[in-house]
Amino acid sequence: MKIAVCIKQVPDSWAEKKMVDGLLDRLNVDAVLNDLDEYAVEEALRISEAHGGNDEGGANTVTVICMGPERATDAIRKSLSMGANGGILISDPALVGADALTTSLVLAEVIKNEEFDVVLCGTESTDARMSVIPAMIAARLGWAQLTFAGSVSVDSQTSRVSISRTTEAGVDSISANFPVVIGVMEKINEPRYPSFKGIMAAKKKTIENRDLASIGVNPQTARSHVMDSTLRPSRAVGVKITDDGTAGEKLVSFLAEKKII
Amino acid sequence: MSTIFFVADFVGEKATKTNAELATVGARLGEVTAIVLAPIGTGAARAGALTTGAITSIIVVESEDFQKHGVAASADAIAQLVADKSPEFLLVTSTAFGKELAGIVAVATESGIITDAIDVTADGVATQIIFGGSTTVHSQVVQGTKIITLRPNSINPDTTPSTPSIEVISLTISDAAKKATVESTQPPVQGGRPELTEANIVVSGGRGTNGDFSAVEAFADSLGAAVGASRAATDAGWYPHSHQVGQTGKTVSPALYVACGISGAIQHRAGMQTSKLIVVINKDPEAPIFELADFGVIGDLFSVLPMATEGVNARKA
Repeated sequence: MKIAVCIKQVPDSWAEKKMVDGLLDRLNVDAVLNDLDEYAVEEALRISEAHGGNDEGGANTVTVICMGPERATDAIRKSLSMGANGGILISDPALVGADALTTSLVLAEVIKNEEFDVVLCGTESTDARMSVIPAMIAARLGWAQLTFAGSVSVDSQTSRVSISRTTEAGVDSISANFPVVIGVMEKINEPRYPSFKGIMAAKKKTIENRDLASIGVNPQTARSHVMDSTLRPSRAVGVKITDDGTAGEKLVSFLAEKKII
Repeated sequence: MSTIFFVADFVGEKATKTNAELATVGARLGEVTAIVLAPIGTGAARAGALTTGAITSIIVVESEDFQKHGVAASADAIAQLVADKSPEFLLVTSTAFGKELAGIVAVATESGIITDAIDVTADGVATQIIFGGSTTVHSQVVQGTKIITLRPNSINPDTTPSTPSIEVISLTISDAAKKATVESTQPPVQGGRPELTEANIVVSGGRGTNGDFSAVEAFADSLGAAVGASRAATDAGWYPHSHQVGQTGKTVSPALYVACGISGAIQHRAGMQTSKLIVVINKDPEAPIFELADFGVIGDLFSVLPMATEGVNARKA
């Protein structure tokens, strides 16, 4: 079984994010592997391990695919140190400011040429937070979409994947045959920390570099654009009291005053 | 006048209140058509439930494939209608389902997409609050049918009754959209409480509950509120992950948010700091969440909440 994981490098969750010229300033912040993609890498490794593993020469290879600038190599390297076999970085000056349509197109074009059975993604990136990329990739490939997965089970004998999709609409049990795109939720597993051995091994693993020309995609124009962005003012200072045994009553009076009750 | 489509939102058989919000935004942009996707035999009932806001017409598509094949099948139907009628805008609710549907339709019709808008002007300029509530952005779609997903609870809905015309259209869902099969469905367990992202009031608990959410739930119930939880609380297994508010959980923007025993790490603030009114109860006077509080109580939630619950219930009596 050939497994791929689509990952993204994002500003550290704790970093202050700023807009410059209508785009997120990615240069002046610490960049990390998107938290939610760690779950996808972990799930890919678990699927591989449950079917015999991905050791040298093993059948269940895990390939990490990432679109981003040169420094996104670090996010791929992190995934490799967790145990993925190799990576593909698609980097091109024309991809700066790419919208979700372009991102999904680029990822789908790369996936199409590699004959993967299972492609995993995190549910969303912590910077853009659209949570549309897994569905868009599946739509572009014409593959089954198994997204918002709170659990995944893969039967390699029958080439069938089942997930439990957990959303505000409830829990659906959904299944499909290979090839599939799986979007995994936070908490689906406990992502492993890279071991020292894993970190050393990752240095020797191959990361292929691609650009738009080599994957056969023409530069795209964004289909939406940011007109302006402003920092929101901080909230006005409110009332702060210390409970002297009557705070509960005072809270009720406050809610009444604000016409909440 | 331009044609504006919105995808009618149902949870089970029930039309959600976001339909009126979508219709309200739609009416600013043009003439509103609601699209109802329904299992066979239920289209008329569902269309009949759309009675508020300026809805001019309703298109009903009935198919068993929507339930059987999930979001891809619904998106396929919407994409066919969009390709056929070329509406200027397609408005969708910002739920997991809605955003995925919008994304698939964007791919199928080569249209631009903006997600999680909290407002849209008559010129089609969308407002989003991004980066955990720190930044306001105005954006426009510049290609194809302009697809915008709207966050529930952001728009003050026009609730004027409407009597839209109803047209039933039959479509064949493409095979590519039927590759996943929904084997079974369990409705969400709400315990009678409103859905988190739609609720007018949210009462959340964090580390300070020590795993006991009874006081938080009792106060929520006195206010008819949804219950939320911080990541610390869901990580500890104290409350289901589906109730997590924060950067990697739900983003809520209710009229009132009550944070109980939550310190206010950026992870949590990112999911709630656009709430209109914020009440904080925390034992630690230095907790960063107090920076957001319109009304802050330095105290023990287990003594403050029961008294407040009693007070709210007494006023209702």
